[in-house]
This record gives sequence, C-alpha cells and structure tokens, in this order.
Amino acid sequence: MLTRREFLSLCTKAALTTSLAELLLTDLGQAVLARESGKPTVIWLELGSCTGNSISFDNVATPSVKELFSNVIDVRYHWLFMNVEGHNTLAALRQAQKEKSGQYILVVEGSAMLADGGSWDIVAIENGRPVTGLAMLQDLGAKAKHVIAIGTCAAFGGPSATHPNPSQSVGVQEVLGNRVINTPGCPCHPDWFIGTLYHLINYGIPEMDAYNRPKLFYGRLLHDQCQRRTYFEKGIFANNPGEPWCMFKIGCRGPITFADCPNREWNQTDNWPVGCNTPCIGCVEPGFPDISMPFFQRYPDVPIPTRTVKMEKAALALGVGTLGAIGMHFAGNIITKRLRKNLAETSMPLNPPGPHNLAQLEGIKAVNPVPAAQQPASDPAVTAQHAIQQVPTQQVRTRKPGSRVKPKRLRRTLKH
Amino acid sequence: METHTILPLTRIHQPLRLDIDLEGNTVIDSRSSGTMFRGFELMLKGRDPRDATYLCERICGICSTAHGVAATSAIEDAIGLEVTPNAALMRNLIYGADILQNHLRHFYVLALPDYIDTPNFPPFVPKSNFDKRLSKAENDKLLESYWLGVDMSRLAHQLLAIYGGKAPHQHGIIVGGTSMVPDADRNNRFRGLLSSLLRFINEHMLPNTELIATRYNDYFKIGKGPGTFLSYGMFPQQQGRSKLKYPAGVYLNGKYAELDPGLITEDNTFTWFSGSKAQEKPADADSLPDRHKKSGYTWLKAPRYANQVMEMGPLARMWISGDYRNGTSTMDRLIARTLDAKKIATWMLEWLDELAPGQATFTPFEIPDSGSGIGLTEAMRGSLGHWVKIEAKKIAHYQIITPTAWLFSPKDKNGKRGAVDTAIVGTKVKDRDNFSEIGRIVRSFDPCFSCSAHLLEPQGQIDEFRIF
Repeated sequence: MLTRREFLSLCTKAALTTSLAELLLTDLGQAVLARESGKPTVIWLELGSCTGNSISFDNVATPSVKELFSNVIDVRYHWLFMNVEGHNTLAALRQAQKEKSGQYILVVEGSAMLADGGSWDIVAIENGRPVTGLAMLQDLGAKAKHVIAIGTCAAFGGPSATHPNPSQSVGVQEVLGNRVINTPGCPCHPDWFIGTLYHLINYGIPEMDAYNRPKLFYGRLLHDQCQRRTYFEKGIFANNPGEPWCMFKIGCRGPITFADCPNREWNQTDNWPVGCNTPCIGCVEPGFPDISMPFFQRYPDVPIPTRTVKMEKAALALGVGTLGAIGMHFAGNIITKRLRKNLAETSMPLNPPGPHNLAQLEGIKAVNPVPAAQQPASDPAVTAQHAIQQVPTQQVRTRKPGSRVKPKRLRRTLKH
Repeated sequence: METHTILPLTRIHQPLRLDIDLEGNTVIDSRSSGTMFRGFELMLKGRDPRDATYLCERICGICSTAHGVAATSAIEDAIGLEVTPNAALMRNLIYGADILQNHLRHFYVLALPDYIDTPNFPPFVPKSNFDKRLSKAENDKLLESYWLGVDMSRLAHQLLAIYGGKAPHQHGIIVGGTSMVPDADRNNRFRGLLSSLLRFINEHMLPNTELIATRYNDYFKIGKGPGTFLSYGMFPQQQGRSKLKYPAGVYLNGKYAELDPGLITEDNTFTWFSGSKAQEKPADADSLPDRHKKSGYTWLKAPRYANQVMEMGPLARMWISGDYRNGTSTMDRLIARTLDAKKIATWMLEWLDELAPGQATFTPFEIPDSGSGIGLTEAMRGSLGHWVKIEAKKIAHYQIITPTAWLFSPKDKNGKRGAVDTAIVGTKVKDRDNFSEIGRIVRSFDPCFSCSAHLLEPQGQIDEFRIF
C-alpha cells in the first residue's frame, strides 16, 4: 500500500499522464481487502441536483465502476444503479443504515432544499408518507461515520441556489455542520472524489481549507498553475472566446479559484475550460454561479492596500514580484470572504427579475403553510420542521436596480 | 380498484413517482410525476444572454449539451447571428458525442438490468428476479457488454471533451459559434475514439438489442404510446435551421406533416396557473402562479401540439425520418435508440471529414437592446425548446419546454393523458412486488427528471411544479 507521503505526491503530481483513479484503484482495492471490516459501506443520496456528479463518477471507469463496485466500496444505496424499485429500494437503504450504523460513508449529491419544509424534494415514501430529502439527509447524516458532499450544489448550494434561489437550496454543511467534507466542482472531477475517498479510508480525514475542501486538490490557486499564465504576465489577452491567449479580460475566474484543472485536465484528454479557449467559471467556489456571472465579463478592479489594480495593466507595469503580492492578496481576500462578497454583489442581475414571480411563490408559502403535524418524517425525532428551526435560511441577496456597489477602498482611491 | 405508489422508480435521472390504479391485474389509470423543483427559468431572468448556455447546461447532467445547444440557438436567433459552417459542424460533433454517451449509458446502465440477471454485489443486490428469460451463456455475454458499455460511455465523454473542454457541462459550444478551431491532431484523436465507439455499437449494442428484442418479443405489444410523433429536427448542416440532417416534422392522425412551432401550446386547465387564456404559447406565456384556482391540481403545464399529445425521442425521429416505422411499443423504443446511436456515430465520421482545419469557428457579435428567439433541438430523449426575450440587453423572459414535460404531462382540458401514462394504462401486471413491467415501459422513454419538476405535499397529494 502507498504511504501517505507517496499518495500525496501522486495526487499533486504536475502532469498526470493517466487518470489518478486508475493508478489508485488496484492499491485501493488491496487496502480494502487488508482491512478486517471488509469493503466500506457507501450510501449515495441524491438531493437537488442535475445528476451530473453521478455521471462524472461514472466517467472514472477504467476499470473503475466495475472495480469500485466489486472490490472497493460497498454501495448499498444509489438509485441510479439499483435493481429494485420503490419500497424495495428504501428497505435496502434502511437495512444498510441499521447494519452499518456509525460506520458508513454518506455521499451526498445535490443541495439540501429548505423551501416549504423541504417538500420541494421528495425522495421516498415511507409508511405511506413522503420523506423529504432534507429529513432523509438529517437521518442518514446522524449515523454516518463520514459525510462527503460531491459537487458544488452539495457543498455550497451551487447552481441549485442561483439567485433568486426559489427552492432555498443550501449546501449540506448548513444542515449537518462542519464535519462535511466538500469535494465541489460542477461536476466534481472523478479524481477529486476518488482521491478524497481513498484518503478517508486509509489515512482518515484529509487536511482541509477554510471551506472544508481537501487541500490536496483544492489547495492551489488555478491562476498560478495555468498554462497561459505567461500571457497574463506579458499582457497578452484574448478579447473573444476562441482566442488562444489569457482569458482574464473575458471573465476568467482563475485568479479566485482553487483547483488543479490546468494540471489534472478533464475526461482523460489534454483539455479543460481554459484549454478550450473559454474562461474558467470558478465552479468549485462558494457562491458559484452567482459570483461568476456574467461568465464572459471581466470582474471589477481589485483594491489592494496601495492602489486599485487594473489587472491587465498591472501585469505589464508591475512585474512578477508585485503579481505574487496580488495573488496573495486574492488568497487573503478569499479567506476573509471580502472579495467574494463584492463579486457576488456585482454579478447579480442588475434588475432583479420578475419579483412578482418570487412574491407569488412566497405568497403561496404564506397562504398555504404546511402544518407541523403533517410534516413528512422518516423518524419522528427528525422532522423537517426540526430541520428548519436549526437551519438558517439562506438570505436571498437583493439589490436596488441600478445601484452599484463600490468597495470602500476603491472609493477612496477614486477621490485621489 | 387499488392504488399503488412507486417512489423512487430507480435507474432514472432523479427519481420518478408513479401512482397506478389497478383493476384486477390491469392498470386502469396512471399518474406520473417528478419530485424535485429548482426553478431555472426564474434564475435566468435579468442575466446576460451569453450566460444562458452554461447556466442552462446545469439543468441536467446527462443531457447538458442539449440544453446548451437549445439555449445558444435561442440567443443567436434573438441576436440574428449566423455561425460559420465550420462552427455548425463542430457543434454537431460535440453534441453528437454527448448523445452517444447518453444512449450507451441508458441502454447499459439504466435499461439492461430490467432484462438480465445482474451481478451478486451491491448496488445490484437486492435483485428483482422477475421474468429473466436469458440463458446463462447469453446472460454472461450481456453482462460483459454491460461493463464494456460503462467504459464506452466514458469514452464518449472523452470524445466530447476533445473539442468541448470537459464533460458533463461542456464549454466549447458558446453563443457565436464554438471556442476551438479544428486541427489535424485533434481530428485524428477524435476519429480514433469515434471509430472505437462505432465498432462497439455495431459489434455489441446492436446484437445485444436484437437479443433482448427476440427474447422479450411480447414487449412489441406492451407499452404502446399515443401513436403521434413530433420531432424538432437537429444537426444543421449550414447556418440556421434551413438544412437539418434529422428532419423536423410531425406524424399526426396517420399523416406526416411539416412542423409548425406556432401550434405548440401549453394547457393550463388543470394547473395552478392563471393567465389571460387557458392555453398559451411559450413565447408569451403570461400566466402567473395561482394556488387558489379552483380547477387546478398541478403545477406542471401540459404542452400540446395542435391540441394533441405527442410522443418524442429516438422512435419519433425514426418515424419522421422514415428509418424505422415498425411500431410504437416498449421494444420499438429501445431498438430506435440503438439505431439512433449508430446513425449519429456514422454521421459524425462524415462531419469530421467536412471540417476545415484552421478555419474560424467564432463570429463576434453585439447583444441587441431587445429581441426574441426560439431554440429548438432534439435532446437525447425528445424535443427540447427554449424561448427567450431580451430587453435592455438582459434576459427578460425565458421559457423551457423539455421532452419530460411533454411525455409526463398531466391531463389537458380534453382529458387526454400524457404519452407515458397512455403507454402504461392497459398493461397487465404480474409482478406486484416490484412492478417490473411498468419499470420496463417507463425506462424505454429514457426519462430524465432533472429536466422536470414538481412538488409533493405531505398528505400525499401531488402538487406538481412547472419545469425546473
């Protein structure tokens, strides 16, 4: 079996010629066989999602899906693969939950939906009553050894929570707390997920960043690893998608995105969004996609302590040393969430769309509240109502039409 | 009469809820519905029109390129933009790869376990051993193809990523064309992978489908659809919709006719939507949610063509193009999907030859102050339409009608059921524990409920929601 050090170096290796998962699988299988407890049990719960992460997981297949299912993990519940229907599926889930209580790994795909007590997402019928995804998440989460949120919806709300977030979607950690390990991405790269799973099974919880993402995969700024970084430094920028230069001026989110796409690349090809002559849209970041839209628009100038930096000019004028400082500044701002807040505010639709629609949706909730006694519940102790009390509903950010948000420091700079 | 509820109906993208009424062993009524609602149409309002491509892809992980193509076409229609012939070919190649991925994944991962004895480890156990008719040798052969099929669907996504950047949720197709200019190196790799896929389709998928169709030939009589077909057509050979490789058209009342998008309406009779009229056209749907509407029982509007329920998907494409007109049953749908895969893979080789390496694929454009556009295409599982209005350079109105909305729609004002419910009603059920027969019928439509949406209330009533 690989030592932890070997494993880490394998994961961060600059140019992987083949899929990481492919390299790991044999080893992962051996490690599992060596364990007395047998294959670790995995329960895969899908909530508010597009199923893209299951598809991406499927894309790991050399020989992964067969190898994974037969020798590595014991997937007791995943409704995209299961043979039986309806109550038989649920029976399998409950049996696994009971047998492996406190030992299973819960993988959650998709956002937790809070609207109307969670009833916008129904995942099963139990004892004649619908069970909400939210209630199921709480119930399964309470008895899981580890929880992995796969994809940006599960990690941070993601596309499901796009403004105005009609379904009041939030990330899994808003419901289950800080213990959730986030492997975001839209979709999550199969290597990121399998690598995290491998670490979890063999070495325990990986080292994580401020957003509970394994540093192994989400530890470095994408901008610093980009093949087109030299163009950025020389000030050679693409003015349209399709040009082979730095994508910064047409909205690349590389400078605020922590992922290893430039090195890892996608689908066993040499390609990834910037390689494909389009901007990175920052899909692994909290606040995606709101902080990234408009996707093809350069984001606002960045205030740093001494001046406001117009990034494309900064590259030429300031030289590489200062650029490093800017990079650090980006990183600092991301940790403090300041930059993210500014970006989110500037990228929301300027004219909040059709408030009458939302108001109507709100109105429906107001005139048709779900009585507490009829709350769907898989376990009387864990009701959706209970969940709502615990979970702060994500505030929908609204702006007055036409108002522009100016960061404080930017305003100060403009006065000079 | 007894009523059974099946939730989740597995091996579908996002689960399906199905309520069926049985009289003896015969299904006398069926009400299908999805169980999750996210509200993408609301999210799109006020956005930069160029964002629609990438945001709409997030509606669905398996047919993301279809939503990307429909959104892009709608925005380009509103701008009045014509892409270069090279860009049209590139789009067909990227889109074709995603369709191959979908068809392979559907046939092997989703549909095949209904007919074969699956492996003896989770997630394939617990198993339903109802009505398995293959000999051990045949079963082993299909099981081998199953695992190969999983690999092949991954290769199809690899194929997509060569020009699409990544999959799912590709980056290559954008408003204005595509982002990569074809070159000999990539064409070469594309051709290699595509040839492997085509060989697999010929040597495995076709014989596998044939074997299932032979052993389960009673399914040529089970699950018959409404007998009406609609196709928006797909794969433009040049700019616009002037020359489509897959023709657009309808088959209605035993006659073939040209498609008239103006005849598409959404019926609100039994929905909680109030507008100026009971039926509205997608481009100017002005109905608003009205939970107190007396006749309403659902949030899901019922799309209709000339007031008729329509079936769509590979079988409809085959009927309208004239390639396969054997029937309208469960097995016909499976066969049509396999033929669709072969046909598209063969075309893709031709398009690859037509590509002009080094020639432009992106046309710069200005977003107009206002405009409106329609993007029609054939998603993997049927006709997909996006309707957009632009005002003040932002998206002011967005409507999406997915194949799932057509296929799983509620009754309309004439009391007509949606296509899937029509196919289920009349089925004789032997497997009362697992309802395998129903599962086979439903999955032959390749449903995708990431693309639909609705809401259930705790009392068990169905409060359906409109698309997304």
